[in-house]
Amino acid sequence: MVQLDTLIAKFKQKDERAFKTLYDMYSESMHGVIFNIVRNNDIAEELMQDVFIKAWHKSDSYDAKKGRFFTWILNIARNTAIDKTRSKSFKNSAKNLDAQFFVDIIPTHESLDKKTDAIGISKFVGNLPQKCKEVIELLYFKGYTQKEAAEKMEIPIGTIKTRNRNCINNLRQIVLE
Amino acid sequence: MDIKSYIDSGILELYVAGSLSEKENGEVYALMQQYPEVTKEVMDIEASIIKLTASAAPKDIKNVIYEAIQDKLDSSNDDGQSKVIPINKQKNNWFAYTGWAASIILGGTLIWMSNQNNALESQVNTAEIDKEFLEIQIENINSDLADTKKILNVFRDKDIITVPLAGQAVYPEAYAKAYWNKQDKTVFFDLQGLPEPPEGKVYQVWSLALNPLTPTSLGTIDDFKTDANKIFSLENTNESQAFGITLEPTGGSESPTLEQLYTLGAIDAS
Repeated sequence: MVQLDTLIAKFKQKDERAFKTLYDMYSESMHGVIFNIVRNNDIAEELMQDVFIKAWHKSDSYDAKKGRFFTWILNIARNTAIDKTRSKSFKNSAKNLDAQFFVDIIPTHESLDKKTDAIGISKFVGNLPQKCKEVIELLYFKGYTQKEAAEKMEIPIGTIKTRNRNCINNLRQIVLE
Repeated sequence: MDIKSYIDSGILELYVAGSLSEKENGEVYALMQQYPEVTKEVMDIEASIIKLTASAAPKDIKNVIYEAIQDKLDSSNDDGQSKVIPINKQKNNWFAYTGWAASIILGGTLIWMSNQNNALESQVNTAEIDKEFLEIQIENINSDLADTKKILNVFRDKDIITVPLAGQAVYPEAYAKAYWNKQDKTVFFDLQGLPEPPEGKVYQVWSLALNPLTPTSLGTIDDFKTDANKIFSLENTNESQAFGITLEPTGGSESPTLEQLYTLGAIDAS
């Protein structure tokens, strides 16, 4: 994956074209994560801008040895969105989001045709066991650590790892093959 | 390392999620450099997560959002180049330089103060040692003075009997004096005029009755060398008629070695 490395190196040198390419690769994913946390179109759009502007200014701080670029920007997105949900203005208008999972929003999209595999994914999540929905929600959409997820789900820490692996294996069969 | 079971453990899924510790992240990164199959697995996991999360995005408006981002980046750059940033920069630099200067001065001052403090502490230590030393000296002098006063009182006592002891054949220059207080049965010997005894020998003091000649040991002078004024007090319960001092092996003898008789003096009967 020399190409991605080069792209990231250029991005760290504030190359706007590299930034745009990375944006194209990851923005929808981040939009999904952010929207799942705030559940509001306008706020999600505003936060998307914040996240990528932050990424631009903090590009120096990315270190490949500490994790994937995707994971880096995912962390920025999750933290920005979670910070927003803790803000006073957000709380005043907040609905109760605790019980809702990412799976609730996928099939309701008006634009399921935007990607061919979106239908596959909505089928996949529809058929997901509750345990998978929960573990994917916590680890990828909410940024829980393995330990935090184990405590939240009240299962042993080792179980998180194997359960998540099985869930992601199913997902990969649907989206990548 | 069994790479397959490492992959099957599910750690790479957590790696992509960002759920691992910094140490674990470093381990995964190292293995990715070493094993292409680990890298491939990570990329597959990542790709599937990207698709899953993207499917939760409300609608495809990424170009609209990007334009907004670009506007904000451009405007912050433009503003910066025309006026705001140069001023900010100068301000920042000024703050930075002042900050560094202040911290260097502070650091220097701290080192200097620490040195001063150490120097003062060591001076205080020296002064305290000197003080202790002087106190010991004063104590010694006081104790010497007390001894001297005591001796003086002894000599002035009206009950005292003074006995000069003259040098004998073995050492004619020797002399000594005895001050005997019959009342409290003590006798002081001033041995200033005796030579230092050789190694392994001590002076032994005898009380003598003359007819017949009967010596009774009053004791040995064990601390002759260390005693400053060479005045020694011994108990004497005898009806002495003379005092003699002989040189004896350390520990003393049963009876005096007359060849080593240093001084002898008879008590004036009157």
